[in-house]
Amino acid sequence: MRMTINGRAIETEEGVTILQVAQQNGLRIPMLCHMESLIPTGSCRMCVVEVQGLENPVTACNTQALDGMVIETDTPKIRELRKEVLQFFLVKHPLDCPVCDKGGECDLQDYVYEYGIQKAEYQVEALAKEYKTYSTPAIKYHPNRCILCSRCIRTCREIVGREVLDLKETGFDTRVEAVRPERCISCGECLAACPVGALTENISSIKGRVWQTKRVSTVCGYCGVGCNLEANVVGNRMIKVTTKEGLGTNNGVLCVKGRFGYEFVNSPERLRTPLIRDNGKLREASWDEAMTYVSTKLREIKEKNGPDSIAGLASARVTCEENYLFQKFIRAAIGTNNIDHCARL
Amino acid sequence: MVGLATTLGSGAMTNSIADLKEADVLLVTGSNTTETHPVIGMLLRNRARFNGSKIIVVDPRKIDLVEEANLWLQPKPGDDIAWLNGLAHIIIKENLYNKPFIDQHTEGFEAVKEKVSRYTPEFVEKITGIPKDQLIRAARMYGSAKNAAILYCMGITQHSKGTDGVKAISNLALLCGQLGKPGSGVNPLRGQNNVQGACDMGCLPTVYPGYQGVGLKELRDKFESHWGVSLSEKPGLTVVEMSQAAYEGKIKAIYIMGENPMVTDPDLSHLKKAYAKLELLVVQDIFLTESAQVAHVVLPSLSFLEKDGAFVNTERRVQRVRKALNGPEGAKADWEIICDLSSRFGYSMNYGNPEEIFEEIRKVTPQYAGITYARLESGGIQWPCPDASHPGTPVLHKGRIVRGKGLFVPVDYIPPPEVPDRDYPFILSTGRDYYHYHAGSMTRKVRLLNEMCPESLVEINPSDAEKLGINEGGRVRVVGRRGDFVSKVKITDKVSSGVVFAKFHFAEAPVNLLTNTVLDPESKITDLKVSAVRIEKC
Repeated sequence: MRMTINGRAIETEEGVTILQVAQQNGLRIPMLCHMESLIPTGSCRMCVVEVQGLENPVTACNTQALDGMVIETDTPKIRELRKEVLQFFLVKHPLDCPVCDKGGECDLQDYVYEYGIQKAEYQVEALAKEYKTYSTPAIKYHPNRCILCSRCIRTCREIVGREVLDLKETGFDTRVEAVRPERCISCGECLAACPVGALTENISSIKGRVWQTKRVSTVCGYCGVGCNLEANVVGNRMIKVTTKEGLGTNNGVLCVKGRFGYEFVNSPERLRTPLIRDNGKLREASWDEAMTYVSTKLREIKEKNGPDSIAGLASARVTCEENYLFQKFIRAAIGTNNIDHCARL
Repeated sequence: MVGLATTLGSGAMTNSIADLKEADVLLVTGSNTTETHPVIGMLLRNRARFNGSKIIVVDPRKIDLVEEANLWLQPKPGDDIAWLNGLAHIIIKENLYNKPFIDQHTEGFEAVKEKVSRYTPEFVEKITGIPKDQLIRAARMYGSAKNAAILYCMGITQHSKGTDGVKAISNLALLCGQLGKPGSGVNPLRGQNNVQGACDMGCLPTVYPGYQGVGLKELRDKFESHWGVSLSEKPGLTVVEMSQAAYEGKIKAIYIMGENPMVTDPDLSHLKKAYAKLELLVVQDIFLTESAQVAHVVLPSLSFLEKDGAFVNTERRVQRVRKALNGPEGAKADWEIICDLSSRFGYSMNYGNPEEIFEEIRKVTPQYAGITYARLESGGIQWPCPDASHPGTPVLHKGRIVRGKGLFVPVDYIPPPEVPDRDYPFILSTGRDYYHYHAGSMTRKVRLLNEMCPESLVEINPSDAEKLGINEGGRVRVVGRRGDFVSKVKITDKVSSGVVFAKFHFAEAPVNLLTNTVLDPESKITDLKVSAVRIEKC
């Protein structure tokens, strides 16, 4: 089917939304409440567009694209509407960006800046909502910053399948609450879904703005799913783990270990020097001493008892390259096939 | 792995995680997926809730996934072959099997048909306790599905008859032609980040990298010419055989790189005695683990966040691991340590970086020949990938079973080596917790995870707890034939009466003091899922 967006003729298959057509053709439509992996609701109204022949603008995320549609995504009228939408978010959302963890990567902050809003026109003194504990100690909940986009609620329901969160109360008092905290598995999918700083990570004491942080794309070191993640590093400290839609088999999803299980890496208990047992006790040794000790001892044992008196246990935890070298060492250097690992455990 | 290699010609997961979405029916057995592979667990829930996929859970425990299941069958631990044969029996009897597929792609059907003929629903009910109408419903659901995938994990394999369990699963998939297409297959979920990679790299006593057998002269010649030395044709020992040989004084030195057998291996007190007899125990790790504490030499290494390399996930996807941090001063990457040691030992190894090692891997491993670091920049590649223009293989056995013909192998139910008796009336089964991982070397050093799951909890059925006069949170001593441990109790109907369940992450409540070392004759896997125990209040 054919349609026109911003004067451009576009061809597309049926059964897609206006937002999808736009995205497929590299046209950006702003949105706050929608994520690609969620069922669209059209609730934030940032994605409004004009369709020729329709009196009122429609939300692009949940409006079906139809043959012959003529769509404008960025007219002055639409920009005004979006500004109003943003003003309504700012009625309650505190302008505490300097102290908010999300500063610099907050969708609301970015749109307010992009749409040139200089002042929160209707801001009321935010009700000093009592700090509510959340369903997991991994996450801090700041109810005042919540814009009620419900991405956290829908993520928990549609992606994680736990239905921990829901909306409570109505009108001005509406808020997100952990209504089934006992079902929470601390996966942090709600945290990842939050477009503002209503949910922030409560793990690392060290923080870093996005532009100070090095993000390294790598693979999780726990189970066999092999989720892709981004290690967030400031200086030489892990400060958090992120991921995003479209990245790896996990497509932006992580579990508690992948998202919050990185603290071990900064642990003061990490080994820093080789150890050799002396009179029953392990003592510190230099690399040279330890390696000489091991190689000499291995050679002695091999000469005395033959290569099959030596065995190696490789690991499902280290890299392919290291496992390859290890079995090569056992087979080619030691001369035995006594090599295994814990695949069976 | 041995099971599937025999029947299909490749031991790995046949399909991809993403293509589970195409399955109409998902048979999940011996895998507590939502806890041990949480992200796949989420996908299963999502398919059941929003896309109408049917889930059949067969598990002795009422795992979380049961709440999404259309059907939950609850056998006793160790009874898998009985119900698997039972399903095959019904599928054949009701003509739900895929005759064209069997004719074209398999051999040995008649033998299995004959074997399962005695596994009537009534017979299976008597062994497993699964009501016969439930078994029939499950057989019809699986047998009549367009696309049906089987997912399994250690609940099937960690038995002294685990290989036969896998063959019974493979029989079922062959019977219904559920192979070689998206949303189907036989899918063992690998438990650890790079267990697939370690297997691929030949860290097994019988094969070189790429599953090339050490017993075949032609392959030995190939590796001898690549590595420039002569190689042993004698198959090596497996983990559990190594510790037995150490105990007997035949093995004098064990070098452990990044594992913690003193928590994860069966029959720990025996293992400790075995290690005590060694002349040299070297442990290379990032922490002073329980195994490192008994070593002669401990070498500090780097974690996956501190080095470059590749991991292979459960779906055979080779993915790049990238260095994000500098490790602690004084620690070295495992590959650097091995190069140094090997060169000192007299076999020179000179590699400047992991990519150079990977280039060598490609040369000797046909499945990896087409994979390069450069290609991995744009995402992982699933092996086999024989050349640089090959896109990788998301679905194995497409159009042709890797083995040529899929082999039906008749297998029989034999009761587990340890059955409950008067002195040890309970079955102890073991597994993992969502918040912890394996030996706990990493997760138990994460504050949040310890807060969420601070200690060992032995699960016991309410009726058993009442009989024994045990209260929630009370302490019990779990006593088995090889040892005992003390743990807090959690009273839950997750386990059925007569079964208790414990998690093996906790060195202070070492479940593996009790587990037995009876080996599966083919895979050399031990029966970690069935030990007879008694419960004493303390």
